[in-house]
Amino acid sequence: MSRGFDSGAAAPAENDIVLRVDSLSKSYPGVRAVQDVSFACRRGEVHALLGENGAGKSTLIKILSGAVERDTGSITLDGQPIAPASPIEAQRAGISTIFQELNIITSLSSVENIFLGREHVWFGTVDRRRMRREAQGLLDSIGAHIDLDTPVKRLSIAEQQLLEIAKALAVSAKIVIMDEPTAALSEAEVVLLFAVIRKLSGSGVTVIYVSHRLEEIFQICDRATVLKDGRFIKTVNVDEVDRVGLVRLMVGRDFDAFFGAAAPASQNTVLDVYGLQAPGVSDVSFSINAGEVVGLAGLVGAGRTELAMALFGAAPRQHARFCLNGREISPNSPRDAIAAGIAFLPEDRKHQGLVLDLPMRFNMSLVVLGRLLRFGLLRLAEERRVVSNLARRLAISAPDLEVPVRRLSGGNQQKVVLAKWLASAFDLIILDEPTRGVDVGAKVEIYTLIHEIAKAGKAVLLISSELPEVIGVSHRILAMKNGRLVAEFGAGPTEEMVMEAIAG
Amino acid sequence: MTMSLIAKDKPAPTISERHVRRSALALFLERYGILLVFMALFIAASVASPHFLSAGNLLNVARQVAIIGVLSVGMTFVILTGGIDLSVGSVLAVAALCAAALKSYPSVVVLVAVLLLGAACGLVNGTIVTRGRVQPFITTLGTMTILIGLGLTASGGEPILGAPKSLVFLGRGQFAGVPVQAILFAIVAALAGLLLKITRFGRHVYAVGGNEEASRLSGVSVDRVKVMVYMIAGVLAALGGLIMAEHLNVGEANLGKGLELDAIAAVVVGGTSLSGGRGGVGGTVIGVLLIGVLNNLLNLLDVPAYTQLVLKGCIIISAVLIQERVSRKA
Repeated sequence: MSRGFDSGAAAPAENDIVLRVDSLSKSYPGVRAVQDVSFACRRGEVHALLGENGAGKSTLIKILSGAVERDTGSITLDGQPIAPASPIEAQRAGISTIFQELNIITSLSSVENIFLGREHVWFGTVDRRRMRREAQGLLDSIGAHIDLDTPVKRLSIAEQQLLEIAKALAVSAKIVIMDEPTAALSEAEVVLLFAVIRKLSGSGVTVIYVSHRLEEIFQICDRATVLKDGRFIKTVNVDEVDRVGLVRLMVGRDFDAFFGAAAPASQNTVLDVYGLQAPGVSDVSFSINAGEVVGLAGLVGAGRTELAMALFGAAPRQHARFCLNGREISPNSPRDAIAAGIAFLPEDRKHQGLVLDLPMRFNMSLVVLGRLLRFGLLRLAEERRVVSNLARRLAISAPDLEVPVRRLSGGNQQKVVLAKWLASAFDLIILDEPTRGVDVGAKVEIYTLIHEIAKAGKAVLLISSELPEVIGVSHRILAMKNGRLVAEFGAGPTEEMVMEAIAG
Repeated sequence: MTMSLIAKDKPAPTISERHVRRSALALFLERYGILLVFMALFIAASVASPHFLSAGNLLNVARQVAIIGVLSVGMTFVILTGGIDLSVGSVLAVAALCAAALKSYPSVVVLVAVLLLGAACGLVNGTIVTRGRVQPFITTLGTMTILIGLGLTASGGEPILGAPKSLVFLGRGQFAGVPVQAILFAIVAALAGLLLKITRFGRHVYAVGGNEEASRLSGVSVDRVKVMVYMIAGVLAALGGLIMAEHLNVGEANLGKGLELDAIAAVVVGGTSLSGGRGGVGGTVIGVLLIGVLNNLLNLLDVPAYTQLVLKGCIIISAVLIQERVSRKA
């Protein structure tokens, strides 16, 4: 079962097509998710699938991975037509998919996860030794160092992802589809993942790579297929296009106006932090003026989220002390912080930002319910008015206010979280990865909104792992490392300068 | 279905008329699927037994379901936050004992004492769940056992005969021919429904049940909400105990045995999700009525008591299954 990987394998032949998709279409009631899409992947290439949310990437992946049935069209794998009716069938045919929500069962061991459903059986009992040996072989072959004795629930997301890759190899996958694999990884982990991807492709496995992060496409992909509104636009060689060209293909719009323009900030200090100590944060001092967007750059684990949590009164144990609008406060709960005038958009909207099963209306009014009370009762008409105004202002597309937010796209979900805070009266808003997992179009809208918030005289603290974003949107940039602020930049430093400060 | 939220300049993903109509139907069935099941059972019952539709019988059903109904309303709050309260049956029993023991006191004293007792039990449950971070199932399993033990100790294992005469209308009274018990259930359910729908606390209950962390980061005092729901469940269980003591004219430590499970069944049949955040009192009322009508019908049809249990279990499961199917299909 286990396969050796020879990193010096021959480069894939130009025309060695392993997967061919022909005139694939899939409609949902009212939506033609994928229309007449054709493209092909070569053996051993890393092939990017690009497009805004709603462009049809997810549907296409779901069809290829057997999770969704196509309406028309054909899929050919190694010359054989296939029609996977379930993820298992797709895996057997040679297509393994690593979704964003990993398919790892944390109560099982690493080895059990890799061989789940295909345990080696020896006289009716599971052959643990053989499975363990082969699992080790698979992990070694992709250069992944995972201690097989560590309980899976203590592995990082990155390590769990590597387990999934090993799982794919255990079934001799020809195609490995990765959906936003770096969304939850630190920079260092991304480097590791890319090394693994290169090994995979070097050994003849084709990787279909979906990501919103354009830099990654240029780092790791050979070719890219762009989709828009469910249709095939173009397949390009990555080394023949640039960022601007790709974005133009994806959105039909230019990159220049991407981050929007910031208005000048005022001189009135809103937030003044001096020598702040909190779990994971030491001796941090900085200030933000009204109308100012301050970017906070740093690697994952540098303490950015911890700093945000401390300011928002959400950090465990220790209570931070700092000045907001000249008044010293020490919020010991988010409730305190909100009352003091702080808003916080957390990094994980599904787990921290939204109540997914509740209607959009409930989610958007959650913070301002107190303001909607009269004689202790909610004014529902007023609530509907406030919420629908916000929905219109943020151009949230939803059938109505009662739709559970679970059914909205990532971009629209993020706008609901933003709307929740915009409804409240805050002086400082902390945005933790506000554009994570949202498409290019929604990103532009969120940038515009950040500028609008600043223009209205609020202070904005923007945390983002995407350096171009931090640099493009902020007035000033703080670099954080190991829980401390290590550098500060005015407008427009280069990515290299910031990277040097946070990683050097 | 309005389409008022379509983006200004950027075209929203088009949602066809058909799609909208389908999801409206889905929404309807999701919300009212159990109502359809109940209506079907109601019609079947009227056909199966000529006595079923008589006013006397229906009022009898209304009285029979009242106590379990009051318990179920309280249970709905707890389950909506993602918790569970196994102690309501024993709170009911201890409250009944308390009422019987206080039979010579003025009605106000009895009422206040009994309801405070219920609130205190809820406070203990809620505090252990929030401060002690003990799972609700275990917490309330423990307090359930403790309460039965305390009840048995205090009463010496014997029933305490009698109940306050001044409050006897709660258990046996009628108003315009309708049992006061049933009226109480209706009032409790209506107030609870309003509490959930049009107060901040109600919203917080749903938010906490749907996503605790997101609620906390939105400024909801999660612990306070949780303690409150257990207190509501406790107070309503105590009210149930008072009604039962007045109805039976006796208090006994084992009076509430199994009632917590009946209440949970009614809540779940009524469409409230055990994982929290979804459902409501309306569904619970229908769940209570459904189980009540079913019991009544089986009695009218002279089905033996043992067989009734089997049928009841099957029908609880089927009701939930049908709901699931219906709402998923649409």
